[in-house]
Amino acid sequence: MSHSEHHTERNSLAYSIEKNVEVYTQKCYQCGKCSAGCPVAEDMDFPPSIIMRLLQTEDPANDDKILRSHSIWLCVTCEMCLSRCPMEIDIPSMMDYLRQRSRSEKKVNKKAKNIIAFHKAFLNSIKYTGRLFELGLILDYKRQSLNLMQDIVLAPKMISRGKLHFIPFIIKGKNQMARIFKKTSN
Amino acid sequence: MKTGIYPGCSLTGSARDYNESVFAIAEAFGLEFTQIPDWNCCGATAAHNLNKELSLALPARILAIAEKNGLDEIIVPCAACYSRLVVTQHELIKNPELKNRICEVIEMDYHGTSVILNVIEWIDKYIVPKLEEKIVKPFNYKVACYYGCLLVRPNKILNYDRVEDPQTLDVVMSKLGATPIDYPYKTECCGAGLSISRTDIVSKLSGKIIEDAEHRGADAIVVACPMCHSNLDMRRPDINKYWDTEFKIPVIFVTQAIGLAVGLSPQKVGLKRHFVEVKIS
Repeated sequence: MSHSEHHTERNSLAYSIEKNVEVYTQKCYQCGKCSAGCPVAEDMDFPPSIIMRLLQTEDPANDDKILRSHSIWLCVTCEMCLSRCPMEIDIPSMMDYLRQRSRSEKKVNKKAKNIIAFHKAFLNSIKYTGRLFELGLILDYKRQSLNLMQDIVLAPKMISRGKLHFIPFIIKGKNQMARIFKKTSN
Repeated sequence: MKTGIYPGCSLTGSARDYNESVFAIAEAFGLEFTQIPDWNCCGATAAHNLNKELSLALPARILAIAEKNGLDEIIVPCAACYSRLVVTQHELIKNPELKNRICEVIEMDYHGTSVILNVIEWIDKYIVPKLEEKIVKPFNYKVACYYGCLLVRPNKILNYDRVEDPQTLDVVMSKLGATPIDYPYKTECCGAGLSISRTDIVSKLSGKIIEDAEHRGADAIVVACPMCHSNLDMRRPDINKYWDTEFKIPVIFVTQAIGLAVGLSPQKVGLKRHFVEVKIS
């Protein structure tokens, strides 16, 4: 069935995905190539092809399952699914959208806590300086995730190889960066 | 033709070795490029995972500065930054309304005129033509060419090499004197940005990539991405612990292999900064 023949329910997640990222979930005919090629499928609660199937049902309970899933945060955007999809369904863009919806609806899976802590620490690091300050990122991540001992042996080895700086580099356009973050905050 | 370079954050820190080798071979081949003035982070995985608009605005600022400085082409050695910049350029050119909005956010004009080159495109264009006369020490090793994800995907947008079993890196390595092995893990994912938050997954995925290269008798894995490098090299102790193995195969950047082949010292191309000892020279 082509997307022009099928009308998704206005209140469904599939409909929002169409409107926001122009991905038509009903084009999926369940060949399973995305799940077969997905490097993190075995760690997911729902592999990508199952997410597609759940979206096609347009059942609010299934939409809720997806937004609460661990899968959407484990997706590493390697883009393998899209490159192998016979219908060229842009699953990676859809995943970005689902992650943002999951956060705005406060449905983030508890197991994804550290993954999100890392992303937040990363953006915090560049927000004020313009460039990533790796040491600051690691410390902020530890603070947010409370994994204080993690990678403790790595730091001295990075330092001895000249791979870890102690002082952040601050770009001249830092105020402009701050405004970019402000204007795009959603 | 005015060429610029966008090093990206990794190359100033944990991938300093990659940066050193890029600059060292540029010098050896008499190539010049200008660093994009006052560049910022591209936002990487974190931005597109959490905030779509931010993930376009950050690369757009970089591209707009490059354009303003009259750079016709930009070399992007980091495969992840390369992918973010090309995808942003593609999205903004495709959608003028979105472009106007992003220009408003970054407070700069943007037209999308600069050509974005990944490291292998740069090598192909400027180094390969002079390679034969410059090689003093052919790189006589068996190599597993590992492209990772973002050098070749999303393929419809990047439009670079074939998406399954790409060849460009293999060709460059052959020209250096190396023997690339058949390697089915060429474009499998190393675990990318989960390195710190899910080291277990990175250890699992990167371990498979290393195991297959060792199993097929490669002397080294050759990469063109700082994120792949740090996962395969810096994360090696985690990988060996996860799989209960003692994988020792070194992971080198394509630019380091070129440097060695044209007679630069291992130190000069940053090989002394690796975690896994590199015995080839």
